[in-house]
Amino acid sequence: MQILSTMKRDTLYCVMKGELDENSSLYARNTFDKLFAVANFKEVVVDLSEMTFMDSTGIGVFLGRYKNLKNRGVPIYVANPSNQIDKIFNMSGLYSIMPKIMTRSNYERI
Amino acid sequence: MKESNVFEITFQAKSINEGFARVCVSAFCVQLNPSLDEINDIKTAVSEAVTNCVVHAYPNRDGLIKLRCEIKGNLVVIEVSDSGVGIKNIEKAREPFYTTKPSEERSGMGFAVMEGFMDSLTVENNEQGGLKVVMTKSIQACQKMLAGE
Repeated sequence: MQILSTMKRDTLYCVMKGELDENSSLYARNTFDKLFAVANFKEVVVDLSEMTFMDSTGIGVFLGRYKNLKNRGVPIYVANPSNQIDKIFNMSGLYSIMPKIMTRSNYERI
Repeated sequence: MKESNVFEITFQAKSINEGFARVCVSAFCVQLNPSLDEINDIKTAVSEAVTNCVVHAYPNRDGLIKLRCEIKGNLVVIEVSDSGVGIKNIEKAREPFYTTKPSEERSGMGFAVMEGFMDSLTVENNEQGGLKVVMTKSIQACQKMLAGE
């Protein structure tokens, strides 16, 4: 798992690459929390186009990050999940708290 | 006569082995010509079952996970078992969002995902201790091929 990020205007764009499971969940948690602590942004967009796998451990990871950001009044969105990841987001109801949006590229909202 | 095939491996209950287990099962199932969605469903369910063992089966000690995968015609039967602590209340554990470790940001969706991604799921404690999870899924792509479509 690798997480890349960039700021564009007031949006923090994050790109998750690789597999999110129990083994990579600590890295994902820590990386997001460090990013969220230093950057100054009004919303977060997480691009999943390069995330090749996620199991239910990922639900916990996203739920935890959502709660952290909610305390600061910052919304979080996800973009471009694979069918497999989409199914897990749907099943768990994650989309109701972090809606799926369309993006033009990794770093640009439509 | 339905074609059958089986593999069985044992590995340590470590999270680094989750990816290994997923790859083993998906590589084995390729012989059924599954669709990408079907193979992803199976990979996800295996990941959930193995993660359960890694997280819950052996508190404070090392232990082993046994993964068995059998192909019967177009049916895949996956068995994941351990010799750890087992589950006291399986019915409760299978409820969506139920977790014994909420402080670790766990979703409690493991069994729900296994159930949703596979055709059947049985969970039972072994008599000699530990948990056994058996999941099945029939591969449709394979059926179509056998029917000559």
